Amino acid sequence: MAGLWVIGEVTADGGLARISTEVATLARTLAKAADQDVTGIVVAADPKAAAAELATYLPRVLALTEPAAADHAWAMIAADRIAGVLEPDAKEFIFVGAGPDGRDVAGALSALTGWGILANTTAAAWADGGPTIDMSVFGGKLTTTSAFTDATGIVTVRPNVVTAEPAASAGSVEDVKPVGDLKQPVVSVVERVAEATAAAPIEEARIIVAGGRGVGGPDGFKLVEEIAEALGGAVGATRAAVDAGWIPYAQQIGQTGKIVKPQLYLALGISGAIQHKVGMQTAETVVAVNRDPDAPIAEFADLVVIGDLFEVGPALLTELRARPGSG
Amino acid sequence: MQIVVLVKPVPDPAAGGERLGADGRLDRAATPAVVNANDEYALEAALKLVEAHGGEVTIVSMAPSNGPETMRKALAMGAHRGIHVTDDALAGSDHVSTARVLAAALKDLEYDLVLAGADTSDGLAGVVPAGVAALLRLPYLSYAAKIEPDTDAGRVRVRRISPTGYDVLEAPMPALVVCTQALGEPRYPSLKGIMAARSKEIAAKALSDIGVDAASVGGAVATTKVLGSTAPPPRAATRVVREPPDVAAREVVEFLAQRRIV
Repeated sequence: MAGLWVIGEVTADGGLARISTEVATLARTLAKAADQDVTGIVVAADPKAAAAELATYLPRVLALTEPAAADHAWAMIAADRIAGVLEPDAKEFIFVGAGPDGRDVAGALSALTGWGILANTTAAAWADGGPTIDMSVFGGKLTTTSAFTDATGIVTVRPNVVTAEPAASAGSVEDVKPVGDLKQPVVSVVERVAEATAAAPIEEARIIVAGGRGVGGPDGFKLVEEIAEALGGAVGATRAAVDAGWIPYAQQIGQTGKIVKPQLYLALGISGAIQHKVGMQTAETVVAVNRDPDAPIAEFADLVVIGDLFEVGPALLTELRARPGSG
Repeated sequence: MQIVVLVKPVPDPAAGGERLGADGRLDRAATPAVVNANDEYALEAALKLVEAHGGEVTIVSMAPSNGPETMRKALAMGAHRGIHVTDDALAGSDHVSTARVLAAALKDLEYDLVLAGADTSDGLAGVVPAGVAALLRLPYLSYAAKIEPDTDAGRVRVRRISPTGYDVLEAPMPALVVCTQALGEPRYPSLKGIMAARSKEIAAKALSDIGVDAASVGGAVATTKVLGSTAPPPRAATRVVREPPDVAAREVVEFLAQRRIV
Protein backbone atom coordinates (compact mmCIF):
# COMPACT_ATOMS: atom_id res chain seq x y z
CA MET A 1 0.00 0.00 0.00
CA ALA A 2 1.30 3.40 -0.88
CA GLY A 3 0.58 6.26 1.40
CA LEU A 4 1.47 8.80 3.97
CA TRP A 5 1.86 8.23 7.68
CA VAL A 6 1.63 10.69 10.54
CA ILE A 7 3.28 9.84 13.84
CA GLY A 8 1.16 11.20 16.69
CA GLU A 9 3.20 12.47 19.63
CA VAL A 10 1.65 12.22 23.07
CA THR A 11 1.87 14.86 25.80
CA ALA A 12 2.57 14.12 29.46
CA ASP A 13 -1.18 14.02 30.22
CA GLY A 14 -1.90 11.54 27.42
CA GLY A 15 -3.31 14.00 24.90
CA LEU A 16 -2.09 14.67 21.38
CA ALA A 17 0.80 17.13 21.05
CA ARG A 18 -0.16 20.30 19.22
CA ILE A 19 2.60 19.81 16.65
CA SER A 20 0.96 16.52 15.64
CA THR A 21 -2.30 18.32 14.80
CA GLU A 22 -0.36 20.55 12.41
CA VAL A 23 1.61 17.66 10.91
CA ALA A 24 -1.65 15.76 10.41
CA THR A 25 -3.25 18.74 8.68
CA LEU A 26 -0.25 19.12 6.36
CA ALA A 27 -0.10 15.41 5.51
CA ARG A 28 -3.86 15.21 4.90
CA THR A 29 -3.67 18.16 2.50
CA LEU A 30 -0.75 16.54 0.65
CA ALA A 31 -2.46 13.16 0.52
CA LYS A 32 -5.55 14.73 -0.99
CA ALA A 33 -3.53 16.54 -3.64
CA ALA A 34 -1.64 13.33 -4.43
CA ASP A 35 -4.65 11.00 -4.18
CA GLN A 36 -2.86 8.91 -1.55
CA ASP A 37 -3.99 7.25 1.66
CA VAL A 38 -2.98 8.88 4.93
CA THR A 39 -2.84 7.02 8.23
CA GLY A 40 -1.95 8.16 11.71
CA ILE A 41 -0.16 6.06 14.29
CA VAL A 42 0.07 6.62 18.02
CA VAL A 43 2.40 4.48 20.12
CA ALA A 44 1.86 4.81 23.86
CA ALA A 45 1.06 2.84 27.00
CA ASP A 46 -2.45 4.20 26.64
CA PRO A 47 -2.84 5.63 23.13
CA LYS A 48 -6.65 5.98 23.23
CA ALA A 49 -7.10 9.68 23.89
CA ALA A 50 -4.34 10.85 21.56
CA ALA A 51 -5.45 8.44 18.81
CA ALA A 52 -9.04 9.67 19.05
CA GLU A 53 -7.84 13.26 18.77
CA LEU A 54 -5.60 12.42 15.81
CA ALA A 55 -8.60 10.77 14.15
CA THR A 56 -10.36 14.13 14.07
CA TYR A 57 -7.67 15.12 11.56
CA LEU A 58 -7.12 11.88 9.64
CA PRO A 59 -9.38 9.22 8.10
CA ARG A 60 -7.64 6.31 9.86
CA VAL A 61 -5.49 6.04 12.96
CA LEU A 62 -3.69 3.04 14.43
CA ALA A 63 -3.55 3.02 18.23
CA LEU A 64 -0.65 0.80 19.23
CA THR A 65 -0.61 -0.07 22.92
CA GLU A 66 2.94 -0.49 24.14
CA PRO A 67 3.07 -0.93 27.93
CA ALA A 68 6.82 -0.26 28.02
CA ALA A 69 6.16 3.37 26.99
CA ALA A 70 4.63 4.06 30.42
CA ASP A 71 7.95 4.34 32.22
CA HIS A 72 10.55 4.29 29.45
CA ALA A 73 11.82 6.92 27.01
CA TRP A 74 9.33 7.10 24.17
CA ALA A 75 11.12 7.75 20.88
CA MET A 76 13.21 4.60 20.51
CA ILE A 77 10.26 2.41 21.50
CA ALA A 78 8.01 4.22 19.04
CA ALA A 79 10.55 3.85 16.21
CA ASP A 80 10.93 0.17 16.99
CA ARG A 81 7.15 -0.43 16.91
CA ILE A 82 6.47 1.76 13.87
CA ALA A 83 9.22 -0.04 11.93
CA GLY A 84 7.35 -3.24 12.77
CA VAL A 85 4.08 -1.90 11.36
CA LEU A 86 5.51 -0.69 8.04
CA GLU A 87 5.47 -3.17 5.23
CA PRO A 88 8.97 -3.94 3.99
CA ASP A 89 8.33 -3.04 0.35
CA ALA A 90 5.89 -0.26 1.01
CA LYS A 91 6.07 3.02 -0.82
CA GLU A 92 5.46 5.26 2.08
CA PHE A 93 6.32 8.63 3.53
CA ILE A 94 6.27 9.33 7.23
CA PHE A 95 5.56 12.75 8.72
CA VAL A 96 6.45 13.78 12.26
CA GLY A 97 7.13 16.99 14.16
CA ALA A 98 10.62 18.52 14.15
CA GLY A 99 10.77 18.89 17.96
CA PRO A 100 12.96 16.77 20.27
CA ASP A 101 10.71 13.66 20.26
CA GLY A 102 10.04 13.92 16.53
CA ARG A 103 13.74 14.21 15.71
CA ASP A 104 14.56 11.27 17.94
CA VAL A 105 11.94 9.03 16.40
CA ALA A 106 12.82 10.15 12.86
CA GLY A 107 16.53 9.47 13.34
CA ALA A 108 15.95 6.05 14.84
CA LEU A 109 13.34 5.06 12.27
CA SER A 110 15.63 6.16 9.45
CA ALA A 111 18.39 3.91 10.75
CA LEU A 112 15.98 0.98 11.17
CA THR A 113 14.46 1.34 7.69
CA GLY A 114 17.28 2.92 5.67
CA TRP A 115 14.82 5.61 4.59
CA GLY A 116 16.07 9.15 4.11
CA ILE A 117 15.05 12.21 6.07
CA LEU A 118 14.05 15.68 4.94
CA ALA A 119 14.11 17.83 8.04
CA ASN A 120 12.55 21.04 9.32
CA THR A 121 9.90 21.41 6.65
CA THR A 122 8.58 24.94 6.20
CA ALA A 123 6.38 24.09 3.18
CA ALA A 124 5.48 20.92 1.30
CA ALA A 125 4.05 20.01 -2.10
CA TRP A 126 3.70 16.83 -4.13
CA ALA A 127 5.48 16.04 -7.40
CA ASP A 128 6.61 12.92 -9.25
CA GLY A 129 5.14 10.48 -6.75
CA GLY A 130 6.56 12.02 -3.61
CA PRO A 131 6.68 15.09 -1.41
CA THR A 132 8.85 18.07 -2.23
CA ILE A 133 10.00 19.77 0.92
CA ASP A 134 11.09 23.35 1.51
CA MET A 135 13.50 24.06 4.32
CA SER A 136 15.31 27.14 5.46
CA VAL A 137 19.11 26.75 5.48
CA PHE A 138 22.17 28.81 6.31
CA GLY A 139 20.39 30.84 8.93
CA GLY A 140 17.52 31.72 6.63
CA LYS A 141 19.67 33.00 3.78
CA LEU A 142 18.34 30.34 1.47
CA THR A 143 15.28 28.14 1.10
CA THR A 144 15.97 24.80 -0.54
CA THR A 145 13.42 22.52 -2.14
CA SER A 146 14.29 18.84 -1.84
CA ALA A 147 12.85 15.45 -2.70
CA PHE A 148 13.56 11.84 -1.90
CA THR A 149 15.45 9.78 -4.44
CA ASP A 150 13.35 6.76 -3.49
CA ALA A 151 9.63 6.15 -3.01
CA THR A 152 10.09 6.19 0.77
CA GLY A 153 11.17 8.79 3.27
CA ILE A 154 10.72 10.51 6.60
CA VAL A 155 9.79 14.17 6.91
CA THR A 156 10.11 16.31 10.03
CA VAL A 157 7.89 19.40 10.15
CA ARG A 158 8.48 22.67 11.99
CA PRO A 159 5.76 24.14 14.21
CA ASN A 160 3.50 26.86 12.75
CA VAL A 161 3.94 25.71 9.14
CA VAL A 162 0.19 25.19 8.78
CA THR A 163 -2.79 26.01 10.95
CA ALA A 164 -4.26 22.81 12.36
CA GLU A 165 -7.73 22.11 10.96
CA PRO A 166 -9.81 19.05 11.78
CA ALA A 167 -11.13 17.03 8.85
CA ALA A 168 -14.76 17.38 7.77
CA SER A 169 -15.55 14.09 9.49
CA ALA A 170 -13.66 12.09 12.10
CA GLY A 171 -11.77 8.99 11.05
CA SER A 172 -11.63 5.50 12.51
CA VAL A 173 -9.32 4.29 15.24
CA GLU A 174 -8.00 0.72 15.04
CA ASP A 175 -6.33 -0.94 17.99
CA VAL A 176 -3.04 -2.61 17.15
CA LYS A 177 -1.19 -5.04 19.35
CA PRO A 178 2.60 -4.94 19.30
CA VAL A 179 4.18 -7.95 17.61
CA GLY A 180 7.27 -9.55 19.19
CA ASP A 181 9.79 -8.11 21.63
CA LEU A 182 11.28 -4.67 21.33
CA LYS A 183 14.59 -4.89 19.48
CA GLN A 184 16.10 -1.70 20.82
CA PRO A 185 17.24 -1.29 24.43
CA VAL A 186 14.78 0.66 26.57
CA VAL A 187 15.75 3.58 28.81
CA SER A 188 13.96 3.92 32.15
CA VAL A 189 12.19 7.13 33.08
CA VAL A 190 12.92 7.27 36.80
CA GLU A 191 11.06 10.50 37.40
CA ARG A 192 9.13 13.14 35.44
CA VAL A 193 9.69 16.55 36.97
CA ALA A 194 7.37 19.43 36.17
CA GLU A 195 8.98 22.75 36.93
CA ALA A 196 6.62 25.28 38.45
CA THR A 197 8.25 28.01 36.41
CA ALA A 198 7.91 26.18 33.11
CA ALA A 199 6.74 28.83 30.68
CA ALA A 200 4.68 28.46 27.51
CA PRO A 201 6.67 26.50 24.90
CA ILE A 202 8.24 29.01 22.55
CA GLU A 203 8.36 26.74 19.48
CA GLU A 204 4.61 26.83 19.11
CA ALA A 205 3.92 30.38 20.25
CA ARG A 206 2.18 32.78 17.87
CA ILE A 207 3.79 35.73 19.60
CA ILE A 208 7.21 35.76 21.24
CA VAL A 209 8.61 38.55 23.35
CA ALA A 210 12.32 37.98 23.78
CA GLY A 211 14.98 39.61 25.89
CA GLY A 212 18.72 39.84 25.47
CA ARG A 213 21.72 41.23 27.26
CA GLY A 214 20.11 44.68 27.20
CA VAL A 215 17.43 43.48 29.59
CA GLY A 216 20.09 43.67 32.27
CA GLY A 217 19.01 40.96 34.69
CA PRO A 218 16.23 38.78 36.08
CA ASP A 219 14.33 41.88 37.20
CA GLY A 220 14.40 43.18 33.64
CA PHE A 221 12.87 39.91 32.49
CA LYS A 222 9.83 40.67 34.63
CA LEU A 223 9.12 43.50 32.20
CA VAL A 224 9.62 41.11 29.26
CA GLU A 225 7.19 38.68 30.89
CA GLU A 226 4.61 41.38 31.51
CA ILE A 227 4.71 42.50 27.90
CA ALA A 228 4.47 38.88 26.76
CA GLU A 229 1.45 38.41 28.97
CA ALA A 230 -0.20 41.57 27.66
CA LEU A 231 0.29 40.29 24.10
CA GLY A 232 -0.71 36.71 24.93
CA GLY A 233 2.73 35.52 23.92
CA ALA A 234 5.60 33.41 25.21
CA VAL A 235 8.94 34.61 26.58
CA GLY A 236 12.15 33.96 24.66
CA ALA A 237 15.76 34.89 25.24
CA THR A 238 19.20 35.10 23.71
CA ARG A 239 22.07 32.87 24.72
CA ALA A 240 23.66 35.75 26.66
CA ALA A 241 20.56 36.06 28.84
CA VAL A 242 20.44 32.29 29.38
CA ASP A 243 24.16 32.01 30.14
CA ALA A 244 23.75 34.81 32.68
CA GLY A 245 21.12 32.66 34.42
CA TRP A 246 18.29 35.16 33.96
CA ILE A 247 15.99 32.67 32.24
CA PRO A 248 16.01 28.88 31.63
CA TYR A 249 17.68 27.30 28.61
CA ALA A 250 14.30 26.03 27.38
CA GLN A 251 13.47 29.61 26.41
CA GLN A 252 16.62 30.18 24.34
CA ILE A 253 16.26 31.06 20.68
CA GLY A 254 19.12 30.75 18.24
CA GLN A 255 21.83 28.52 16.93
CA THR A 256 22.22 26.36 20.02
CA GLY A 257 18.68 26.92 21.22
CA LYS A 258 15.35 26.76 19.44
CA ILE A 259 14.33 27.92 16.01
CA VAL A 260 11.00 29.69 15.99
CA LYS A 261 8.62 31.09 13.40
CA PRO A 262 6.05 33.18 15.23
CA GLN A 263 3.69 35.71 13.75
CA LEU A 264 5.33 38.41 15.88
CA TYR A 265 8.81 38.50 17.34
CA LEU A 266 9.30 41.40 19.72
CA ALA A 267 13.01 41.72 20.49
CA LEU A 268 13.86 43.71 23.60
CA GLY A 269 17.47 44.65 24.23
CA ILE A 270 18.66 42.15 21.61
CA SER A 271 21.48 43.19 19.31
CA GLY A 272 20.65 40.53 16.72
CA ALA A 273 23.95 38.69 16.35
CA ILE A 274 23.96 35.98 13.68
CA GLN A 275 23.76 33.19 16.29
CA HIS A 276 20.45 34.62 17.49
CA LYS A 277 19.22 35.71 14.08
CA VAL A 278 19.26 32.14 12.73
CA GLY A 279 16.70 31.20 15.36
CA MET A 280 14.09 33.85 14.65
CA GLN A 281 14.51 35.54 11.31
CA THR A 282 11.70 33.64 9.63
CA ALA A 283 9.26 35.32 12.01
CA GLU A 284 6.53 37.04 10.02
CA THR A 285 6.92 40.37 11.77
CA VAL A 286 9.95 41.50 13.77
CA VAL A 287 9.74 44.52 16.04
CA ALA A 288 12.74 45.59 18.09
CA VAL A 289 13.44 48.02 20.89
CA ASN A 290 17.10 48.90 21.16
CA ARG A 291 19.20 51.81 22.32
CA ASP A 292 21.78 51.28 19.60
CA PRO A 293 20.59 52.39 16.14
CA ASP A 294 23.50 50.45 14.61
CA ALA A 295 22.60 47.10 16.21
CA PRO A 296 22.30 44.36 13.56
CA ILE A 297 18.66 43.79 14.51
CA ALA A 298 17.83 47.23 13.08
CA GLU A 299 18.76 45.80 9.66
CA PHE A 300 16.21 42.99 9.63
CA ALA A 301 13.44 44.21 11.89
CA ASP A 302 10.26 45.50 10.28
CA LEU A 303 10.07 48.22 12.89
CA VAL A 304 12.70 49.32 15.36
CA VAL A 305 12.23 51.75 18.21
CA ILE A 306 15.47 53.48 19.12
CA GLY A 307 15.18 54.03 22.82
CA ASP A 308 15.57 52.80 26.36
CA LEU A 309 13.77 49.54 26.90
CA PHE A 310 12.89 50.55 30.45
CA GLU A 311 11.08 53.62 29.17
CA VAL A 312 9.55 52.21 25.99
CA GLY A 313 8.56 48.90 27.62
CA PRO A 314 6.29 50.35 30.33
CA ALA A 315 4.77 52.77 27.79
CA LEU A 316 4.07 49.78 25.55
CA LEU A 317 2.40 47.98 28.44
CA THR A 318 0.19 50.97 29.08
CA GLU A 319 -0.82 51.14 25.41
CA LEU A 320 -1.51 47.41 25.17
CA ARG A 321 -3.56 47.35 28.35
CA ALA A 322 -5.57 50.35 27.20
CA ARG A 323 -6.75 48.56 24.08
CA PRO A 324 -10.40 47.58 23.98
CA GLY A 325 -10.90 43.96 24.94
CA SER A 326 -7.58 43.63 26.70
CA GLY A 327 -7.12 42.26 30.20
CA MET B 1 35.76 6.10 32.04
CA GLN B 2 36.17 6.16 28.29
CA ILE B 3 34.10 8.72 26.41
CA VAL B 4 33.74 9.21 22.68
CA VAL B 5 32.47 12.57 21.43
CA LEU B 6 31.10 12.92 17.91
CA VAL B 7 32.47 16.19 16.54
CA LYS B 8 31.47 17.71 13.23
CA PRO B 9 33.46 20.41 11.46
CA VAL B 10 30.88 22.84 10.04
CA PRO B 11 31.11 26.08 8.06
CA ASP B 12 31.52 28.91 10.57
CA PRO B 13 27.98 30.35 10.85
CA ALA B 14 29.42 33.66 12.05
CA ALA B 15 31.46 34.01 8.85
CA GLY B 16 28.19 34.03 6.92
CA GLY B 17 29.68 32.57 3.75
CA GLU B 18 27.74 29.31 3.52
CA ARG B 19 26.56 28.45 0.05
CA LEU B 20 25.48 25.55 -2.09
CA GLY B 21 27.73 24.14 -4.78
CA ALA B 22 26.56 23.46 -8.33
CA ASP B 23 25.47 19.97 -7.23
CA GLY B 24 23.07 21.43 -4.66
CA ARG B 25 25.25 20.27 -1.78
CA LEU B 26 26.87 22.43 0.84
CA ASP B 27 30.10 23.88 -0.54
CA ARG B 28 32.43 22.96 2.32
CA ALA B 29 35.40 24.72 0.74
CA ALA B 30 33.65 28.11 0.66
CA THR B 31 33.84 28.95 4.36
CA PRO B 32 36.32 28.31 7.18
CA ALA B 33 35.29 25.37 9.33
CA VAL B 34 34.72 25.41 13.09
CA VAL B 35 33.66 22.79 15.62
CA ASN B 36 29.86 22.62 15.54
CA ALA B 37 28.65 24.71 18.51
CA ASN B 38 26.45 22.00 20.03
CA ASP B 39 29.32 19.50 19.79
CA GLU B 40 31.41 21.84 21.95
CA TYR B 41 28.87 21.41 24.74
CA ALA B 42 29.17 17.63 24.36
CA LEU B 43 32.95 17.88 24.47
CA GLU B 44 32.87 20.13 27.52
CA ALA B 45 30.56 17.66 29.28
CA ALA B 46 32.94 14.81 28.38
CA LEU B 47 35.98 16.69 29.69
CA LYS B 48 34.22 17.45 32.98
CA LEU B 49 33.19 13.79 33.34
CA VAL B 50 36.74 12.46 32.89
CA GLU B 51 38.05 15.14 35.26
CA ALA B 52 35.61 13.84 37.89
CA HIS B 53 35.78 10.11 37.18
CA GLY B 54 39.12 9.61 35.42
CA GLY B 55 39.53 8.30 31.90
CA GLU B 56 39.99 9.72 28.45
CA VAL B 57 38.07 11.45 25.70
CA THR B 58 38.30 10.41 22.05
CA ILE B 59 36.74 12.58 19.38
CA VAL B 60 35.39 11.00 16.20
CA SER B 61 34.81 13.15 13.12
CA MET B 62 33.55 12.20 9.69
CA ALA B 63 34.97 14.98 7.55
CA PRO B 64 36.81 15.83 4.34
CA SER B 65 40.61 15.72 4.22
CA ASN B 66 40.98 19.10 5.99
CA GLY B 67 39.02 17.80 9.01
CA PRO B 68 42.07 17.61 11.30
CA GLU B 69 42.45 21.41 11.22
CA THR B 70 39.13 21.70 13.05
CA MET B 71 39.66 18.57 15.14
CA ARG B 72 42.83 20.18 16.60
CA LYS B 73 40.60 22.82 18.20
CA ALA B 74 38.70 20.07 20.02
CA LEU B 75 41.96 18.43 21.03
CA ALA B 76 43.19 21.81 22.31
CA MET B 77 40.17 21.96 24.64
CA GLY B 78 41.46 18.75 26.20
CA ALA B 79 40.31 15.70 24.23
CA HIS B 80 43.02 13.05 24.25
CA ARG B 81 42.96 11.76 20.70
CA GLY B 82 41.01 11.93 17.48
CA ILE B 83 39.72 9.55 14.86
CA HIS B 84 39.17 11.11 11.48
CA VAL B 85 36.93 9.07 9.20
CA THR B 86 37.62 10.34 5.73
CA ASP B 87 37.09 8.91 2.28
CA ASP B 88 36.41 10.39 -1.12
CA ALA B 89 33.36 8.15 -1.35
CA LEU B 90 31.76 10.02 1.57
CA ALA B 91 31.21 13.28 -0.32
CA GLY B 92 27.50 14.08 -0.45
CA SER B 93 26.60 11.74 2.41
CA ASP B 94 23.06 12.04 3.76
CA HIS B 95 21.84 11.30 7.30
CA VAL B 96 21.53 7.60 6.57
CA SER B 97 25.15 7.30 5.38
CA THR B 98 26.45 9.49 8.18
CA ALA B 99 24.78 7.42 10.88
CA ARG B 100 26.03 4.19 9.29
CA VAL B 101 29.61 5.41 9.01
CA LEU B 102 29.74 6.82 12.54
CA ALA B 103 28.23 3.58 13.89
CA ALA B 104 30.86 1.57 12.00
CA ALA B 105 33.65 3.79 13.35
CA LEU B 106 32.36 3.29 16.91
CA LYS B 107 32.21 -0.51 16.59
CA ASP B 108 35.97 -0.92 17.06
CA LEU B 109 36.18 1.42 20.05
CA GLU B 110 35.73 0.75 23.74
CA TYR B 111 33.68 3.32 25.57
CA ASP B 112 31.28 3.88 28.42
CA LEU B 113 29.53 6.84 26.81
CA VAL B 114 29.17 8.32 23.36
CA LEU B 115 28.26 12.01 23.49
CA ALA B 116 26.84 13.99 20.57
CA GLY B 117 25.50 17.51 20.06
CA ALA B 118 21.75 18.12 19.71
CA ASP B 119 22.10 19.17 16.07
CA THR B 120 24.58 20.74 13.66
CA SER B 121 24.44 24.30 12.43
CA ASP B 122 24.85 23.24 8.79
CA GLY B 123 22.21 20.50 8.66
CA LEU B 124 19.96 21.29 11.63
CA ALA B 125 18.08 18.00 11.32
CA GLY B 126 19.20 16.62 14.70
CA VAL B 127 18.61 13.02 13.64
CA VAL B 128 22.02 11.39 13.32
CA PRO B 129 22.68 10.51 17.00
CA ALA B 130 19.39 8.58 17.30
CA GLY B 131 20.33 6.73 14.13
CA VAL B 132 23.77 5.81 15.49
CA ALA B 133 22.20 4.57 18.75
CA ALA B 134 19.63 2.48 16.87
CA LEU B 135 22.27 0.89 14.62
CA LEU B 136 24.49 0.01 17.58
CA ARG B 137 21.53 -0.86 19.84
CA LEU B 138 22.86 1.51 22.46
CA PRO B 139 20.56 2.96 25.12
CA TYR B 140 19.70 6.43 23.82
CA LEU B 141 19.35 9.37 26.22
CA SER B 142 18.71 12.66 24.47
CA TYR B 143 18.55 16.40 25.18
CA ALA B 144 20.63 16.13 28.34
CA ALA B 145 20.83 19.00 30.81
CA LYS B 146 22.79 16.88 33.30
CA ILE B 147 24.79 13.64 33.01
CA GLU B 148 25.55 11.55 36.09
CA PRO B 149 27.40 8.29 35.54
CA ASP B 150 27.67 5.69 38.29
CA THR B 151 30.83 3.92 37.21
CA ASP B 152 30.60 1.24 39.94
CA ALA B 153 27.10 0.24 38.90
CA GLY B 154 27.88 0.78 35.21
CA ARG B 155 24.84 2.99 34.79
CA VAL B 156 24.18 6.57 33.75
CA ARG B 157 21.46 9.04 34.75
CA VAL B 158 20.48 11.91 32.50
CA ARG B 159 18.14 14.85 32.96
CA ARG B 160 16.31 15.11 29.67
CA ILE B 161 14.72 18.48 28.98
CA SER B 162 10.94 18.03 28.54
CA PRO B 163 8.29 20.54 27.47
CA THR B 164 7.23 20.97 31.11
CA GLY B 165 10.49 20.50 32.98
CA TYR B 166 12.70 17.46 32.77
CA ASP B 167 12.63 13.67 32.89
CA VAL B 168 15.24 11.70 34.78
CA LEU B 169 16.39 8.85 32.52
CA GLU B 170 18.53 5.92 33.53
CA ALA B 171 20.24 3.23 31.49
CA PRO B 172 23.18 0.85 31.62
CA MET B 173 26.43 1.93 29.97
CA PRO B 174 27.66 1.92 27.29
CA ALA B 175 25.05 4.42 26.19
CA LEU B 176 24.69 7.35 23.79
CA VAL B 177 23.82 10.75 25.24
CA VAL B 178 22.75 13.79 23.23
CA CYS B 179 24.02 16.99 24.83
CA THR B 180 22.63 20.51 25.07
CA GLN B 181 23.93 23.90 26.05
CA ALA B 182 22.33 23.43 29.47
CA LEU B 183 25.34 21.25 30.37
CA GLY B 184 27.54 24.33 30.61
CA GLU B 185 29.71 26.75 28.74
CA PRO B 186 32.57 25.17 26.76
CA ARG B 187 36.06 26.10 27.93
CA TYR B 188 38.46 28.09 25.83
CA PRO B 189 41.59 26.19 24.86
CA SER B 190 44.57 27.28 26.94
CA LEU B 191 47.88 28.06 25.29
CA LYS B 192 49.21 24.88 26.86
CA GLY B 193 46.26 23.00 25.42
CA ILE B 194 46.88 24.41 21.97
CA MET B 195 50.55 23.41 22.14
CA ALA B 196 49.69 19.92 23.42
CA ALA B 197 47.10 19.41 20.68
CA ARG B 198 49.78 19.64 18.01
CA SER B 199 51.28 16.34 19.04
CA LYS B 200 48.05 14.49 19.84
CA GLU B 201 47.19 11.58 17.62
CA ILE B 202 44.55 11.94 14.91
CA ALA B 203 44.13 8.52 13.31
CA ALA B 204 42.81 8.66 9.75
CA LYS B 205 40.39 5.88 8.85
CA ALA B 206 39.15 5.13 5.37
CA LEU B 207 35.89 3.27 4.82
CA SER B 208 37.80 0.02 4.30
CA ASP B 209 39.40 0.47 7.74
CA ILE B 210 36.00 0.49 9.45
CA GLY B 211 34.46 -2.26 7.37
CA VAL B 212 32.09 -0.14 5.29
CA ASP B 213 31.58 -0.88 1.60
CA ALA B 214 32.27 2.39 -0.22
CA ALA B 215 29.42 1.67 -2.62
CA SER B 216 26.89 1.57 0.25
CA VAL B 217 27.36 5.16 1.42
CA GLY B 218 27.94 8.68 0.12
CA GLY B 219 26.43 10.89 -2.53
CA ALA B 220 25.90 8.06 -5.04
CA VAL B 221 23.30 6.40 -2.79
CA ALA B 222 21.91 9.56 -1.18
CA THR B 223 18.24 9.20 -0.21
CA THR B 224 17.50 12.87 -0.76
CA LYS B 225 18.33 15.46 -3.40
CA VAL B 226 18.11 19.23 -3.60
CA LEU B 227 15.89 20.25 -6.52
CA GLY B 228 16.49 23.96 -6.26
CA SER B 229 16.90 26.90 -3.96
CA THR B 230 15.64 30.44 -3.66
CA ALA B 231 16.63 33.38 -1.53
CA PRO B 232 13.70 34.40 0.65
CA PRO B 233 12.11 37.68 -0.40
CA PRO B 234 13.94 40.55 1.28
CA ARG B 235 12.10 42.20 4.14
CA ALA B 236 10.67 45.60 3.44
CA ALA B 237 12.81 48.48 4.64
CA THR B 238 12.94 48.84 8.40
CA ARG B 239 10.73 51.54 9.84
CA VAL B 240 12.81 53.41 12.41
CA VAL B 241 10.99 55.14 15.26
CA ARG B 242 12.87 57.75 17.26
CA GLU B 243 10.01 59.27 19.25
CA PRO B 244 9.54 59.72 23.00
CA PRO B 245 8.50 56.46 24.72
CA ASP B 246 4.75 57.08 24.81
CA VAL B 247 4.59 58.12 21.16
CA ALA B 248 6.84 55.26 20.13
CA ALA B 249 4.72 52.78 22.08
CA ARG B 250 1.57 54.03 20.36
CA GLU B 251 3.23 53.65 16.96
CA VAL B 252 4.24 50.08 17.79
CA VAL B 253 0.73 49.13 18.82
CA GLU B 254 -0.78 50.78 15.72
CA PHE B 255 1.74 48.92 13.58
CA LEU B 256 0.76 45.63 15.22
CA ALA B 257 -2.92 46.44 14.79
CA GLN B 258 -2.41 47.14 11.07
CA ARG B 259 -0.88 43.70 10.74
CA ARG B 260 -3.76 42.23 12.76
CA ILE B 261 -1.42 40.95 15.43
CA VAL B 262 -3.21 42.74 18.25
